[in-house]
Amino acid sequence: MTTNTQGIVNSLTTARLPRWVPWALLAGSWIVFAIVFGILAANTGGSYNIVAVVFFGTVLFDVLLVTISYLVEGSRRAKDRLVTSLVTTAFVVALLPLVSLLFTVVVEGSKRFDVAFFTQSMRNVVGAGTEEFPGGALHAVVGTVEITGIATLISVPIGLLAAIYLVEYGRGHLARSITFFVDVMTGIPSIVAGLFAFALFALIFDDPGIRFGFGGAIALTLLMIPTVVRSSEEMLKLVPNELREASLALGVPKWLTILKVVIPTSIAGITTGVTLAIARIIGETAPLLIIAGFTASMNYDPFNGRMMALPLFVYTQYANPGTDVQPYLDRAWAAALTLILIVMALNLLARLIAKIFSPKLGR
Amino acid sequence: MKESPAPETAVTAPPAPVRAKTPSRPADRIFASSTVVAGVLILVALASVALFLIAQSIPALIADPAELPTPSTSFWEYVAPLAFGTVWAAVLALIIALPLSLGIALFISHYAPRKVAQTLGYIIDLLAAVPSVVFGLWGIKVFAPFVQPFYEWLVDNLGWIPLFAAPVSGTGRTILTVAIVLAVMVVPIITAVCREVFLQTPVLHEEAALALGATRWEMIRMTVLPFGMPGIISATMLGLGRALGETLVVAMVLSPALVINFVLTGSANPPTIAGNIALNFPEAHGIGVNALIATGLILFIITLLVNLAARVFINRRKAFSGAN
Repeated sequence: MTTNTQGIVNSLTTARLPRWVPWALLAGSWIVFAIVFGILAANTGGSYNIVAVVFFGTVLFDVLLVTISYLVEGSRRAKDRLVTSLVTTAFVVALLPLVSLLFTVVVEGSKRFDVAFFTQSMRNVVGAGTEEFPGGALHAVVGTVEITGIATLISVPIGLLAAIYLVEYGRGHLARSITFFVDVMTGIPSIVAGLFAFALFALIFDDPGIRFGFGGAIALTLLMIPTVVRSSEEMLKLVPNELREASLALGVPKWLTILKVVIPTSIAGITTGVTLAIARIIGETAPLLIIAGFTASMNYDPFNGRMMALPLFVYTQYANPGTDVQPYLDRAWAAALTLILIVMALNLLARLIAKIFSPKLGR
Repeated sequence: MKESPAPETAVTAPPAPVRAKTPSRPADRIFASSTVVAGVLILVALASVALFLIAQSIPALIADPAELPTPSTSFWEYVAPLAFGTVWAAVLALIIALPLSLGIALFISHYAPRKVAQTLGYIIDLLAAVPSVVFGLWGIKVFAPFVQPFYEWLVDNLGWIPLFAAPVSGTGRTILTVAIVLAVMVVPIITAVCREVFLQTPVLHEEAALALGATRWEMIRMTVLPFGMPGIISATMLGLGRALGETLVVAMVLSPALVINFVLTGSANPPTIAGNIALNFPEAHGIGVNALIATGLILFIITLLVNLAARVFINRRKAFSGAN
């Protein structure tokens, strides 16, 4: 405090707050707001809001810490502490929606997360359905598997070959423009991809009301290819040139070198990339809403008739409920839980593949 | 390097420079050209997106404006509120998401302990993995009711600011709610790019700043932020592109009206292009389909321009980061 008045602050000699002060302040602010909200909830009869406690408690902590630090440590330290607490708060703030979302989905979704949900379609189900047939998402699961499967079958060969071109063959304008436009393609809004598939097939089949599963797969392909190209390209670039040169020096043709040396070396990374790409497109709703349509019945034929998908199931159950809303919402949450579980499983699988099968470099 | 005598003897008797010509293998050519075909196919796909959208938009552009889904004097009058709402919601989302993402990226790259930093990165990436329809469901069922009391408070106490003009929305399904949910969705995208860029800051610059007595924040302001500026700009644009095209959250959460206004907490909100398409496409028929596709074309052009700008910044950055 005394050095402050002289204008020049030597940070080595000025007072520093003890290490426990920030933690004590944080706990203190949380407790204060826990009590405040507890009284509020008791008085108004409302529910106890733990999220608000954490949020306002953290804000109070930030204000207190900066003030105390300014008084004890001077303005430079105070600013540093302010930024530190702001940065940490930013991280916590971003976690709140994630936690709230996962919590809600698990709680609400588990109500209808049962056997019937995965063995029945919505055909002839009204409201809560009957005891025996409460309605389920089997048709949507089948649709999601078929549409995503077809999209993967189309985009992996194209994406992988394009990545091979970019890494092994591509020189000059063509390669540069492909790299550039693949990046640009990453940013295409998913609904535009759906509109494109619709415009394409409506013109080809001359049917202004066309809806079928394969069209949805084409729309998803458009979204999946750039991700596959980017990740495969990065992985192929990681393969050491010595491996290629050794193979070529032994007289192996270039295409065999790529197929037998380069790709096996990078296959773990490529599989990881493809899995992440599938995880990205499996939750896409907008393009399927446009071109795959929605239905309550089973449809195994992607080339004929409307086809349901899980994300679309969530949307239609929410958007078109009957007179009794709750059973529809329960089904929507259960489908949302299914989707999240699938996406998390795919992400986990991708990390496992990357960890287990990546080549061990002898260093 | 010393010259060893061995090469000299080799030079004295030079073998005739006979170079075996690489045999022309058909398999080689087939493989090489199939990769070229795949690459070109991607360019063709992008071009055909533009072509087919234009082809299906033309009927709406030349049609009598009275036949559009909402009768207007011209196609542009029909599009104006949609385009405004799209840009307005995306800009609001960015205003919220940018400081948050910068904070998170700095936290992961420079504040969190090294050991947990990567795990924290994964957790933020989890946000990106949640499908947008789930965000929509959460937004309407959990988040909108949660923020509605705050909106009431804002309108009651700050109603003199035009942004919070009365009347307040009774459901919380306003453009601000949408913008906040969109912000949560673009945060992982902006964070991922910023984190990478911040980690590439030359360590010598950082250590020099610290050695001169800078606090951690001063070090970041003097070395990390200037170095990462192009990366921050391009990350922002990528996030903007995502927010512009996001469909389901807007379709589910927003209660739209065909208006142009800046009110954040009211019940009459400008719709967005993507949300409007999702809501109206299943029932659209005749010229209405073409009109929706035409709005989609405009969305495509807007996002294309934003993404092009982002990529130009990223590429420019690559050019000078090699010098370090």
